[in-house]
Amino acid sequence: MTDAPDPRQSPLHDVHAAAGASFTDFAGWLMPVRYSSDLAEHHAVRTSAGIFDISHMAEIVVEGPDAAAYLDFALAGKLSAVAIGQAKYSLLLDTSGGIIDDLVVYRKGDDSFFVVANAGNRAPVAEALEHRAGEFDVTVVDQSDEISLIAVQGPRSREIVAATAGISGVELDSLKYYWSTSGTFNGLPLMVGRTGYTGEDGFELYIQADAAADLWAALTAAGEPFGLVPAGLASRDTLRLEAGMPLYGHELGLDTLPVQAGLGRVVNLKKDGDFVGRQASETGAPEGARVLVGLVSDGKRAGRAGYAVFDGDTEVGTITSGALSPTLGYPIAMAYVDPALNAPGTELAIDVRGSRVAASVVSLPFYKREA
Amino acid sequence: MAELNELKYTAEHEWILIEGDIATVGITAYAAEKLGDIVFVELPKVGSTLAEGTVVGEIESTKSVGELFAPVNGTVVEANDAVSDSPELVNSDPFGAGWLVKVKFTELPEFLDLAAYTALTGE
Repeated sequence: MTDAPDPRQSPLHDVHAAAGASFTDFAGWLMPVRYSSDLAEHHAVRTSAGIFDISHMAEIVVEGPDAAAYLDFALAGKLSAVAIGQAKYSLLLDTSGGIIDDLVVYRKGDDSFFVVANAGNRAPVAEALEHRAGEFDVTVVDQSDEISLIAVQGPRSREIVAATAGISGVELDSLKYYWSTSGTFNGLPLMVGRTGYTGEDGFELYIQADAAADLWAALTAAGEPFGLVPAGLASRDTLRLEAGMPLYGHELGLDTLPVQAGLGRVVNLKKDGDFVGRQASETGAPEGARVLVGLVSDGKRAGRAGYAVFDGDTEVGTITSGALSPTLGYPIAMAYVDPALNAPGTELAIDVRGSRVAASVVSLPFYKREA
Repeated sequence: MAELNELKYTAEHEWILIEGDIATVGITAYAAEKLGDIVFVELPKVGSTLAEGTVVGEIESTKSVGELFAPVNGTVVEANDAVSDSPELVNSDPFGAGWLVKVKFTELPEFLDLAAYTALTGE
């Protein structure tokens, strides 16, 4: 028994239970980990499509005449340079340059932005954004409880969303990667981003929470002829790992600098004015700070988060995520290693529960879809 | 496949079928479902000596690693090569084709019966 509070349930909880989902406690939410087979769900996203409930994600609306300037100060990227309708991957840094969260920011209008944060970081993100508003003429409103998020991911996802009854006003064919469009679902406001966390083409649909079950049902019905399956967090994790995408708490954290995680490009040191974390980011990582690499092995035994990485007899790093890749068929992992060992082809070893498994450094991602 | 009420169980979610002095060992459907899709199984070698309660093998899913505990003292007389080649058998038929090892024993510890095991898992 633990004293932890009961996890929260998604507005789609009953839908998942009826579909036979197994649930897991993720960041304080009871979310589907798989419906039947996480491997089948993974393969479905790579070959046809999968539908994910990610309503646990946090959504924060930033509005006001100073919204763009404020986000330039509060975040690592230059959000003022983002076009209306465009989305941008960004980072919320602390003053020492550490990562409070990684975010996707959509620009909805000249003075209106939509910030999507990880469920587990909702409180610190909302707190930091609130605190940084200071003298700026903006409002920062946490709408996480009112908004649900459904992702449709996979090569058939465009056809599925296009065929979904009740969705209108969204033009998908011309929608570019990391852009969004607004329309309606059953007359209610709907935002659709061509974004995702799987390495496939896909869409993320934002809808008011009380309409999420109807949207899920409509998408599922439209997807049936295309092979759409409900997919849980287990497959979401192996999909994002193959795609080399970081997961907060694994590859990213307060003690990680963006440059260590290969996210130096996300920190815009050329933008005008100060921003939180600028000074530390300009100083850079200390000598010898470990850097994120990809590792691949032969056989079937995967390194897992927390396993040590060796160069000969010297411990040189730690795995942050690892699995037997369902798509590739061999073990893959992301790990922080000493910076001198980050070149692709470097031969290292993983301590897999007491035995050494040879591993080679590769450049990320492990998997890239054909354009 | 034996009837579930003919099997013995452990708190480590293993089942044991006793036939003479041979114990056939597998993991329960509950354990297999908790692990998720099993992608790798490492079993003790034929002829190896097992000490009750020690870790003698691994059952890995995409998400996690389960340990195989020896439920009895004894000697491995057969390991299921089929699950080494096709680990998914542990998911699809945990009480049948997904068995793991056969162990020759001289005495048995106390096991759970089906009712006690079912009470343990709450299912």
